[in-house]
Amino acid sequence: MKTQMSKQKVFISGDEAVALGVRLARPHVISAYPITPQTIVVERLSEMVEDGSLKARYIHVESEHSAMSAAMGASAVGARAFTATSSQGLLYMAEGMHYASGGRMPIVMMNANRSLALPWSIFGDHRDSLSMLDSGWIQVYVEDAQEALDMTIQAFRIAEDAAVLTPFMINLDGFILTHTYEIVDIPDQSKVDSFLPVFKTPNKMSLEKPKSMGFSTSPADNMEFKYQQHKAMLDAKDIIHSVDKEFGKTFGRSYGGMIDSYNCEDADYVLVTAGSVTGTARIAVDNLRSRGIKAGLVKLRYLRPFPDEEVRAAAGDVKAIGVLDKDISFGYEGTIFTNVNSALAHLSIRPVSINFIAGLGGRDISIKDIEGIYHDLEEAVTVGKDKSFAKVRYVNMGVEIDG
Amino acid sequence: MIKVRWLGRGGQGGFTASRLLGKAASIFEGKYAMAFPSFGPERRGAPVLAFTRIDDRKITDRSEFSEYDYLVVMDETLLDESAVGGLVSDGSVILNSSSDRYANRDFNGRKVIAIDATTLALEILGFPITNTAMFGALVAASGVVTLASALKSIDTEMRPSIAEKNKKIVQKAYKMVRENRC
Repeated sequence: MKTQMSKQKVFISGDEAVALGVRLARPHVISAYPITPQTIVVERLSEMVEDGSLKARYIHVESEHSAMSAAMGASAVGARAFTATSSQGLLYMAEGMHYASGGRMPIVMMNANRSLALPWSIFGDHRDSLSMLDSGWIQVYVEDAQEALDMTIQAFRIAEDAAVLTPFMINLDGFILTHTYEIVDIPDQSKVDSFLPVFKTPNKMSLEKPKSMGFSTSPADNMEFKYQQHKAMLDAKDIIHSVDKEFGKTFGRSYGGMIDSYNCEDADYVLVTAGSVTGTARIAVDNLRSRGIKAGLVKLRYLRPFPDEEVRAAAGDVKAIGVLDKDISFGYEGTIFTNVNSALAHLSIRPVSINFIAGLGGRDISIKDIEGIYHDLEEAVTVGKDKSFAKVRYVNMGVEIDG
Repeated sequence: MIKVRWLGRGGQGGFTASRLLGKAASIFEGKYAMAFPSFGPERRGAPVLAFTRIDDRKITDRSEFSEYDYLVVMDETLLDESAVGGLVSDGSVILNSSSDRYANRDFNGRKVIAIDATTLALEILGFPITNTAMFGALVAASGVVTLASALKSIDTEMRPSIAEKNKKIVQKAYKMVRENRC
């Protein structure tokens, strides 16, 4: 019989999966301001606090700037703090985000990836989080609701590790993940409790031991602070790998750490993605493989710290790499493309690399679009030897700029 | 993979129906399902879409629907060529209509199953909310989930007082389509 009934499996949206993950992580403080398409996360959390199923303090602040400030205050006294936002809300937090990372406060934040105004748009792309790539926050991009829940639990564990102490941003594609319902396995609370022990900060501000967490520096020691912040982010890579492995042993699911590669072993053409479009690209890869084209896929799970070694190992020796960016850094190219190229620059023989800008402001990316990207890569390798080709291409636009 | 496109008006519960179907298939039948609304602001009375994908293996496709196996139309006035045009060649339209002009009709080989869901909803629920009637009709026409799973899905998604009435609607709509009395 096919029927399986498990209390652990639920049919929920990405937003609800994050809220359930947060509840399992037992934060002390949640401070948030609602914004589409994040709203359901904070609505569910406030309901959980209200009905007593989550013993936390919910602070409904008057703005995202205050949401970040309140989370910092909570983190400074050793509380586990969570917040969530999207788009313009994330940008309104920007000042506080640098404070939080500089103060080594392991706050966890969910960001519903959404376009930036103008034109005002509630639909998804990665321009919000990528514009905060240098804010000193760890950034992970998830592919489905299950990964969203699992990474919410892993996020606290990684951020709070004594070697890391760095705030953590979990990115979910707006609507495509936040508002899509799918089956999600809910881990046992007791297992989560042993996987994620109570947060103990080495930098606690308290009445017994008053200290300033809003310090200033002179030119004589500022660089040392920034160096340590950078080193902690680099050291986070090992912690990310070990936490993901341990998560796999405990809960039966792991995600590959910094990247997840699909069919890369013998691939000629590899597409690099981040977030939910990876799922669609998997089908395109299967279709191309069935036609004898050696297509592979690299899902960048983390963009900070950046998986440079992993990208080189997975795709360094292919014929061509495509990078799908739901972003443009105006006046240059997609930001993920810049980062991938910088990783490839360390190779003596580099594959052809092409940037594919797609999905801005929520534009659909179909399986056919992605198959077209692989055909472009194939063509660039065969034709490109004699002819220059556009390195930045716009999917579903019918235009080209460079060439 | 089975793809269902729900077409209705804001407030008619099309998205709820898409989730009820997804839940029935995944939680109660061990399959994989994905349900999502047409993204963006929702307005009462305006045409809205919802989608359900069902498969025996994990669903990873996150793109918009280019074609679908079933088109559920909750408001007859929304039925048009473009909506029907997205159906696969052997697809079906499940249509809420009180008129008999759709009897034995087809759209280029695509079957039309018409059911008077509004009258059924008014009779049992007292409101013209037709989503569960259309859910029952779709389950009967497609067999994509069993009636038992459809009822369980309602039990876990609705308050008991409302669930009872809606289960009655689903059962009746199911029977009407199965016995070809609509």
